[in-house]
Amino acid sequence: MWARTEEILPYALLLPSLVFLALLILIPMVQALLLAIQADSGEFTTAYLQRMAVDVNFNDAWRNTLLLIVLIVPLQIVLALAMALLVNSRFKGHQWFLYVYAIPLAISDLAAGILWLAVFTERGYLNTAAQGLGIVDQAKVYLSFENFGGLVAAIVIAESWRATAIVMVILVAGLQLIPRDFFEAADLFGANRLRRTLYVVLPLLRPSLQSALIIRTIFAFQTFAVVLALAGRNMPVIAAEAYSWYANNRDAHLAASYALLLLGLTIVFTFVYLRVLGLREAEVKR
Amino acid sequence: MRRSSMRALAAATFAIFITACATTGTSGGGAVASPTGNDTGKDFAFQSTQFSPVPEQEAMRQQILKNWKGVGVEFITDQEAVIINNITAEAKAGGTGRIGIIGLENGQFSSIVAGNYLQDLSKVTDRNKDKKINADMLTLGKFGGSQQLYIPWMQQTYFLVANKQALQYLPSGADVNALTYDQLIAWAKNIFDKTGQKRFGWPVGTNGLIHRLLQGYWYPSYTGGLVTTFKSPEAVTMWNKIKELWQYSNPQSTTYAFMQEPLQSGEVWVAMDHGARLINVLKAKPDDFIAVPAPAGPKGRYYMSVVIGLGIPKTTPNQGGAEKLIDYLLQPDTQITTFRTNSFFPVIDAQMPADLDKGLKLEADAVAKQSSAKDGKVVPLPVGLGSQGGPFNTAILNTFQRIVVKGEDPSTVLNEQAKIINDLLNTAQAKCWGPDGTSTSTCQVK
Amino acid sequence: MTAVAAARSPRMNARTWDRVLIYGSAILLALWVLVPFYLIFLSAFSRPNDVFTYPKPLLPTDLSTETMQTFLNSTGVFASVINSIAVAVLTIVISLAFGAPAGYALARFTFRGRQAVQLVILASKMFPVAILSIPLAVAFLRLGLYDNVLGIALVHSAMALPFVVLVTAGVFAGVSNELEEAAMTLGCSRLTAFLRVALPLALPGLAAAAIFTFVISWNEVFASSILTLRQRTLPALVLFALQQSPLYFKFAGGFFMVMPAIVFIFFMRRYLLNLWGGR
Repeated sequence: MWARTEEILPYALLLPSLVFLALLILIPMVQALLLAIQADSGEFTTAYLQRMAVDVNFNDAWRNTLLLIVLIVPLQIVLALAMALLVNSRFKGHQWFLYVYAIPLAISDLAAGILWLAVFTERGYLNTAAQGLGIVDQAKVYLSFENFGGLVAAIVIAESWRATAIVMVILVAGLQLIPRDFFEAADLFGANRLRRTLYVVLPLLRPSLQSALIIRTIFAFQTFAVVLALAGRNMPVIAAEAYSWYANNRDAHLAASYALLLLGLTIVFTFVYLRVLGLREAEVKR
Repeated sequence: MRRSSMRALAAATFAIFITACATTGTSGGGAVASPTGNDTGKDFAFQSTQFSPVPEQEAMRQQILKNWKGVGVEFITDQEAVIINNITAEAKAGGTGRIGIIGLENGQFSSIVAGNYLQDLSKVTDRNKDKKINADMLTLGKFGGSQQLYIPWMQQTYFLVANKQALQYLPSGADVNALTYDQLIAWAKNIFDKTGQKRFGWPVGTNGLIHRLLQGYWYPSYTGGLVTTFKSPEAVTMWNKIKELWQYSNPQSTTYAFMQEPLQSGEVWVAMDHGARLINVLKAKPDDFIAVPAPAGPKGRYYMSVVIGLGIPKTTPNQGGAEKLIDYLLQPDTQITTFRTNSFFPVIDAQMPADLDKGLKLEADAVAKQSSAKDGKVVPLPVGLGSQGGPFNTAILNTFQRIVVKGEDPSTVLNEQAKIINDLLNTAQAKCWGPDGTSTSTCQVK
Repeated sequence: MTAVAAARSPRMNARTWDRVLIYGSAILLALWVLVPFYLIFLSAFSRPNDVFTYPKPLLPTDLSTETMQTFLNSTGVFASVINSIAVAVLTIVISLAFGAPAGYALARFTFRGRQAVQLVILASKMFPVAILSIPLAVAFLRLGLYDNVLGIALVHSAMALPFVVLVTAGVFAGVSNELEEAAMTLGCSRLTAFLRVALPLALPGLAAAAIFTFVISWNEVFASSILTLRQRTLPALVLFALQQSPLYFKFAGGFFMVMPAIVFIFFMRRYLLNLWGGR
């Protein structure tokens, strides 16, 4: 009897979530995805995918998307890890720092776009400060279409500011679960901070790092408001193209094609993370 | 639409500033009699793409709707896509919905019209005959059929605004009230040569309306058409002129949506945009800025008339109430209030008050000069594109992006984009409109 | 930077050196986070036409609440804040009620199809919500959930659920199973062992899940604007409008959007810390 309950239990615990997701997301999602490969007549076709592939912005869109993710996500992990380890060292007043680091959680990407545009625009805060300090003698244009590097740098800075907190929170929660003895034992053996972090903390933090990476990457694939605010049409990304085909061009087929591409790339990234950082069963049972 | 009738529109559009207005144009309700609904007493939502800036929304609720005596009306602004989704979803779900009335730009109606989601309002037109609603705008609201699918509500246009600091750099012999595009380019170049600053600006950001400036200003002024002349030799000349001007334009133009902001901050000194996107700088600093007509090209001083219409969805919860609201919004007092608070011009024969705000006065004068210019020619927003309206704008935008921003070869790009435009015109089976004259078959790039 | 400064003073002992390093980097990181907020604050509380001046004021010498007042007095702002809070709270309840058991199952049990379930849950998050909204809107209209706080909360819960499952799975995986098993050998049922042993240990992680959920719901625009008309949440009411509003309004709205969420995170912070057994 007991064994039987144990067998059914995981499924029983999962069922409500799965039904909920199926009704609200998965079924509409499959309906939407079919639009990418099915004509209005019901015939299956690759015409929409082909149209996407020759779309003016297609090549730029996937390249920019990957470029931004490769630049932003690792930077965020490093920043968040630094914040999490600092907070976890529990110096006096660390609670306040945790709170401060968590604040950007509260800001939406649309609002962040508005804010960082005010910083980087020609007559913005950055030039005010730079001119005040005598670093530049005339207001410079940072967000110029001619200056791809400048646009990328501005986006990376804005996104690292906006979305690092979510990673930090996951890592702090993960660090809490590592027993204090581990840190003390490592101290006892004279391991310095760096070695302790590399050889003791990081391996134990692997489950949290994996969650953080996956969550952050999925989000990064889908956010585009900051990119649009700072770079306008000069930096097409996949999510913005999907939305634009849907909202501005009213072409559900092309929008679905871009969404399919987004889905595909996200799955590839997630799979890699799961493989590289994957929890083995032994660890799950730890 | 025939060219002569476009002239009539030119005359009538801003006739409020010139002479008497054209008379109501519709020949009655047409063959299909539309029932006027009863006021069911139910409150409803008024959803619109216009007045999205918060202060304009507030003015709509508290001033324009102030004397409205009917049922509760909740004014809500949204992006075009959201409104179309809402109307579509309510229609698909059946029964009555929550949206009583919508206020959209002419072009934004197209997919709602294609879906057959709107009531015929011919009866409402008839009973408002005495207000002399602009006849050509009423015709636009029929979408080539016999039913009156929207009733004109208000109108706007695009013009040019300049910081007075820029006036000293005007090329010699140029009259700022009757510029040519060549003089505009020389002006921007002169500013750059003398100050080292690129101070012309374009609304090329994500919410910018650069495609309208191309469709209604540059293209017709240089080529005398838009679609038919899309890849003509004149078009290549035009693109080279735009590239020249782009050299002296603020490179941050790709982030600009509403030109009033870079104008007010001083990042830009000279810019063209939609009147509602320029008015704030005129109101805030009427002594520092001037407003003037759009420049002229070899084929004339073309400008675009933006018509905003009111439509009632078939799923309206209160048809009678919504119709009464249309009557109210068309009253002369309401139309004048709309101009005073939100700077959109009347569509009826209304007397302009003398005591206008300084900024509004600047705007009204510029628009009056533009419509009374000897070489002035008006064109409407693209007509008859249905669901292809968005893709058409995108095709024009992409042409700009590739030729001007990325610096690709104009003739190659024009040939490639022409194929895309022809495809979507075929899908829409759209006849030629405005600058291209009329056609019996689908309009195509030649 | 601090490290260099400290190294120049050889007499400084290791402990002080350590302190300076920790506080120095903590403060630097805090400034990086806070300065942009300070700039929003400055802009939100300057006079409407002052936001266009250049050079911009960097010190709060000429503050005004004029813009903020206009924003707050705008129609519907107050009601939409109430709606936003109601939606966020409902979303937290629904998504934790559904998600935490699923996370527990993934963390504790090895069973057939485990990986597939994980992937399905993740995959549901990989699709842009904007594109799902039309089929959802039609269904919601038929079910009477359209323009309804519960309706948006359901969609937000579905959006947040994958994260809640992922986070809670990580959390429960980190809570030692042996303690639970020990409790069971001492006569606890699985349920009481869970409630008495695993749940308290997992609470910080669950709190983190609640924060995510709140943030996802609070900032979500697409579903909220398409699935509501009059029962707007705050972002649905103002965010699109803000993009098209004068600059000073953008800042006032942006600042106001951030405030309630900052307060919420403040309370979560205390909750997190109490459970750490920290001071």
